[in-house]
Amino acid sequence: MERTIYREIKATPQILQLAALLGLFILAAAASILYVEHHGHIVTGMNNEIVWGLPHVFAIFLIVAASGALNVASIASVFGKTPYKPMARLSGLLALSLLAGGLAVLVLDLGRPDRLIVAMTTYNFKSIFAWNILLYNGFFVIVGAYLYVQMARSMPYSVIRVAGTVAFLWRLVLTTGTGSIFGWLVARSAYDAAVMAPLFIVMSFSFGLAVFILVLSLITRLTDRSLGPKLIARMGRLLGIFAGLVLYFTAVQHLTNLYAAEHGSVEAFILRDGGIYTQLFWVGQVIIGGLIPIALVFHPTGGAKPASTIVASALVIAGGFSQLYVILIGGQAFPLEIFPGFDVSSSFSDGVVNAYSPSYLELLLGLGGVALALAITGFGMMVLRILPTNLSDANVGQS
Amino acid sequence: MKRLLVSLMFLVGLAALPALAGGPVIPKASGAPHAEGNEYWRINHMQLLKHDRDETMRLGDRDIQASLKECVTCHAVNGDDAEPVSTASDKHFCRTCHDYVAVKIDCFSCHNSKPETPKQALMRPDTPDSNEIAAYLKEAAE
Amino acid sequence: MKLPALNFDKKPTEMNRRDFLKSGGAVATLTLAPGVTLMAFGGDAEAQADPGKRWGLLIDVNKCAKDCNACVSACSTENGWGQEGHGDKGAQWIRKVDLKDKATGRESSLPMMCQHCENPPCVDVCPTNASFKRPDGIVLVDKHKCIGCRYCMMACPYKARSFIHEDVTDQKAHAPRGKGTVESCTLCVHRVDTGGTPACVEACSATGHGAMMFGDLNDPDSEISKALDNYPSVALRDDLGLNPGVRYSNL
Repeated sequence: MERTIYREIKATPQILQLAALLGLFILAAAASILYVEHHGHIVTGMNNEIVWGLPHVFAIFLIVAASGALNVASIASVFGKTPYKPMARLSGLLALSLLAGGLAVLVLDLGRPDRLIVAMTTYNFKSIFAWNILLYNGFFVIVGAYLYVQMARSMPYSVIRVAGTVAFLWRLVLTTGTGSIFGWLVARSAYDAAVMAPLFIVMSFSFGLAVFILVLSLITRLTDRSLGPKLIARMGRLLGIFAGLVLYFTAVQHLTNLYAAEHGSVEAFILRDGGIYTQLFWVGQVIIGGLIPIALVFHPTGGAKPASTIVASALVIAGGFSQLYVILIGGQAFPLEIFPGFDVSSSFSDGVVNAYSPSYLELLLGLGGVALALAITGFGMMVLRILPTNLSDANVGQS
Repeated sequence: MKRLLVSLMFLVGLAALPALAGGPVIPKASGAPHAEGNEYWRINHMQLLKHDRDETMRLGDRDIQASLKECVTCHAVNGDDAEPVSTASDKHFCRTCHDYVAVKIDCFSCHNSKPETPKQALMRPDTPDSNEIAAYLKEAAE
Repeated sequence: MKLPALNFDKKPTEMNRRDFLKSGGAVATLTLAPGVTLMAFGGDAEAQADPGKRWGLLIDVNKCAKDCNACVSACSTENGWGQEGHGDKGAQWIRKVDLKDKATGRESSLPMMCQHCENPPCVDVCPTNASFKRPDGIVLVDKHKCIGCRYCMMACPYKARSFIHEDVTDQKAHAPRGKGTVESCTLCVHRVDTGGTPACVEACSATGHGAMMFGDLNDPDSEISKALDNYPSVALRDDLGLNPGVRYSNL
């Protein structure tokens, strides 16, 4: 096994075309933001019932995936698994860029994005949202430092290990915080649950690794650098375990709710009567995002093929979006139970399932965030020594 | 290199041109003048507004010096229809100065920039400022 | 304000009339000055948010008429909302809710607005402290600090909050509201601070139904406290432990 050589990627015509495509998406998102900020959120069709829409689905996916993308580096630095060590730098960079993309979408969807400075300087420490803002900023600093110590010459391994451990613990707190944004909302039947925090942690493991696998496969193909099938298959099996964990915590969440009579109606809504939400839950989250990827990567013969892992990753991402759509929008669509035992109706949509139709403005904003994350990753790989030249199986340790 | 420097300095010089026009033309207000004087208020009005708004908002104290409601009442400027203008018009009192210094005003996205009871505001058309009077006198002297 | 100089060097026996008048003037000014200063800068003590008070509403559901919208119209006129013409996408500070008991089929109707909780979840979750509770119990949004994140709207169990989706003009001077911020019922704080009652309560009395009562929950002698003492009332979503300032009787 030779020493790992990291080298900047060259800007081939193909990569430049991809960069141009990403740039187009970013520009489209910018246009959407200017339009919405100028005219107000009414142009997206937002009502007062479902206030966190498609942009939040994208933003939270990116933020959760950011935390999980750092997993590969944690497995390398904290748990000492040699095959993952060459990928640790990309893992750090991807974590930073995914978080940047997610936060960009989140901040630009605010009613008053010009007041970001207020949000960053005035804190209500009782609010988990405020804590999240601090945790996200801290994540940038800590992962930045972690990336630096990995790339600095002759840095003792103990320093890298400490940085990696701090980053690992920080992102566990951060993802717990992200899950608690929903878990601590007592008002809504779909959210008020302690299991939200661990659910989000395993979601981060799953989505983050899926995004990492796809980005790594794509960039090694574009730059003609080798990526060993055994390494991919190993990551694929890990992804399968994480996807299984997501299914487990989802099952715990819903079974617990089903047992409590007071939550029966929201469970019936999500699991049976919710229309689009029910479809997205069963078909999107459970089958496409859970069962099929697990079957693909653990298949006795097909599982070893790189294609299985790559397809599984894409399916996990699709399932992740479905899951977040159900959590976020399904949770808001279900009416608040203010008067138990009564049928209610009012001029303010009490007692009815709230309608939501995503607008293309919101979709553009979300996609712009994804494009931003990928663009930052690509740019980082171009100017910094992030990507190893040789990730073939012969080159990577087998521990 | 020399040509670059010269053209840069020329551009900078162009930017200074508005200052030669003599500053913004600020409409006169109705009501009693501020005890501390105009300069004090020009410099400190944001501090006073922010402090007093927090007193009103958080503590319910409505007997304050810098009440935005009173500001727009005394400083109302009438448009062509003899009604006070809002910040949509560049004749608005706040805009005459804020447009000149290019500082965006955030207050009026929520607050009404016109007095609520315009009949209470002194209906006074724009009074000519000292430059215009001087120019007129100079003309008359000729 | 410049106080006339006091001349302490002269012995009392040597004081002439001018000095006496001067000292009298000084004493009078000194006595009056604190009062004048208090009025100029301190204001009437009752006009401030008094921590000893807790403002609340008591709504008698029996007296609320199904087809009456007086409270809603009065609120929208008083505070300048509802004219944007967006139906359910528009803001609503107060709304009439029609109820039908699933078990008995009895129909009733009541107004719902911000419940001005003692432990407001909206205040807990606001990242910038824009959503806050005044010392006298009124829960408000400080729109100077609101970043429009809508987390308070997610957290409110009563759906009391509305988001302003577009530019607003011609706001009422006592009820500023603007695009991109969140708003809700202010319990007509601009009226309460000068000793008045909320517009909805006034309008309800004017129709003759008298279903809404406003008062100081901390004052045992107020009409509302006596009513709460003598008649059963409930808080909505009592199980959440928020202790709202708005209570409903005969629900």
